[in-house]
Amino acid sequence: MATLMTERKRSALTRGRLPKSTPWVVAASSIVVAAALMSLIGFNVFGWAVLSAVLFAAGNVVSSAVVEGRRKATDKLATSLVLGAFLVALLPLVSVIWTVLVNGVPGLLAPGFLGTSMKGVTGAIDNASVANHTPVLGGVYHAFLGSVLITLWATLISVPVGLLTSIYLVEYSDGNKFSKVITFLVDVMTGIPSIVAGLFAAAFFGLVMGPGTKTGFVAAVALSVLMIPVVVRSSEEMLKIVPNELREAAYALGVRKWRTILKVVIPTAISGIASGVTLAIARVIGETAPLLVTAGFATQINSNVFAGWMASLPTFIYTQIMTPTSPSNPDPSNQRAWAAALLLILLVMLLNLGARLVARIFAPKTGR
Amino acid sequence: MSTTKSARRAGTGRTGDKVFSGAALGAGVLIVAVLFAVAMFLVIQALPTFSAAPADITGGKGFVSYIFPIVVGTLIAAAIALVIATPIGVAVALYISHYAPRNMARGLGYVVDLLAAIPSVIYGAWGATFLASQLKVPYQWLADNAGWIPIFGGPASGTGKTILTAGIVLAVMVLPIIASLTREIFLQTPMLHQEAALALGATRWEMIRMAVLPFARGGIISAVMLGLGRALGETMAVALVLSSGPMIASLIRSGNQTIAAEIALNFPEAFGLRLNELIAAGLVLFLITLLVNMVARWIISRHKEFSGAN
Repeated sequence: MATLMTERKRSALTRGRLPKSTPWVVAASSIVVAAALMSLIGFNVFGWAVLSAVLFAAGNVVSSAVVEGRRKATDKLATSLVLGAFLVALLPLVSVIWTVLVNGVPGLLAPGFLGTSMKGVTGAIDNASVANHTPVLGGVYHAFLGSVLITLWATLISVPVGLLTSIYLVEYSDGNKFSKVITFLVDVMTGIPSIVAGLFAAAFFGLVMGPGTKTGFVAAVALSVLMIPVVVRSSEEMLKIVPNELREAAYALGVRKWRTILKVVIPTAISGIASGVTLAIARVIGETAPLLVTAGFATQINSNVFAGWMASLPTFIYTQIMTPTSPSNPDPSNQRAWAAALLLILLVMLLNLGARLVARIFAPKTGR
Repeated sequence: MSTTKSARRAGTGRTGDKVFSGAALGAGVLIVAVLFAVAMFLVIQALPTFSAAPADITGGKGFVSYIFPIVVGTLIAAAIALVIATPIGVAVALYISHYAPRNMARGLGYVVDLLAAIPSVIYGAWGATFLASQLKVPYQWLADNAGWIPIFGGPASGTGKTILTAGIVLAVMVLPIIASLTREIFLQTPMLHQEAALALGATRWEMIRMAVLPFARGGIISAVMLGLGRALGETMAVALVLSSGPMIASLIRSGNQTIAAEIALNFPEAFGLRLNELIAAGLVLFLITLLVNMVARWIISRHKEFSGAN
């Protein structure tokens, strides 16, 4: 068919090129061939899709190599590989979200899941709910509260420190040696493994308050170590793009530098700073490893970050999966873990959406 | 009007200036102090490990023979992650910057960023429950048909919870980092170079090979290094996915362990010397990631000077 069409046209410009319909023909035939092959070795939709895609790519490349020559064929091969890689990269995202949704929705809808803690929920209770087919008891309230409080304290520590540092870097340092050192160390801090940040907080409070000190505040300090560099980098970028004319106009009116920064520079950059902070919160709220070594495992509600162990959503998920409440019946624990995972993903997605919204709401009204 | 009023109320405003610049400088100093403190406290708490009798260390043969297998395990997991994530990540970045329709590119970028937004513990749970059980059959096949290669030596794990599974989960987590960083570099490629290549009759792939990739080489390397830093330090994915054990060559049997997972699994119950030991392991991890990140930053800064980007 391809040869027929080229013969009909015969224009010098289109000679040696495949007609536009070729990809569609190749696609249709590869789907059919893949279905035939899959029916020989046992049919499943996923394998069918993969095989069709591979056949489609191969068919395109081969037909192009025959008619159009090696260069065009290489180009087609590269295109299929790049597109294929992109589709492969989407697989885990879809799979993770699907797994969490399927496993998490029943638990999240269970009565009392959001309102109760794990206090008094023992293996015997889980066994009974499995045996009698009654709803799974126990909830995530304590962990949710813990996550919110720990993240709140981490934010309270990180935002002033991070924002002031970025102000120093942009407004005061004039690119001196010390600012280069800070920039370098902030880069280094970005790369600190989260577990090491947790170890630092644990070691620090272990020395100061006695060994084995585990409270929500220790966890907040650990998270701040991870959060500060993110806040510094994003605020620095935002302060840098504030036009210099605004600062000069303020100075020309005799306004002091600190008031210029507070009243002119920061309000201009606030949308970017706020969305950067929100993204930083979204990053640390899902951190597990540092909380594991700093906050302990609580099963009851604790709203005091300065005393006692504190639960959080990530550690709740981790402990429910690794050490089910009832070792003989892990299903109720798994249900709670996946429901908490769904809640955590929803929280992170909301924060990410919120960051974009915040950026739009606070954006300065310029002529641009 | 209001400015003059409040300025008068605050005197000349010189105090405010001093307080504010002092606070800004103080915050900068605090960051330096915190990083210094991280290193200091880790060293102080790790010291007892190095002076302890070799028999008292876990394993009974001293710290080096305790840390060596888990350092190797960390490197294996990170290497698997990079081998998988680098080509896919670069291709994803290329797709978004040079192949996708212009109006879709932004949205696709967000989708890749979503991958980075999912908390690591959820990747761990996904890897342990879904991915591991899916990989049982391929592992069995590998053990049967490629068992003569040491890294696929059988018998394959019955649960699928192997270092290869952990490496694949790490690859998923590293991928968005590599993709978004290299995408930035690809977008900075001078338009004139690309148009010149196309005008000379190059196909799209030839243009990318001749104009985009050489320009981005430094950026790709540093993105991979930053991804490596993440893969080395990632804890939860490995802690949940890997059923750990002694160091072995086979990737499809349960065994091996990484530093971060070793700390996370043992720290909650640890006390005494064991605590110091784990903190010493954390120090080793800190030093390794520090080295990797510094090399990455050095490559970035060198690249900046050459390219005139930024």
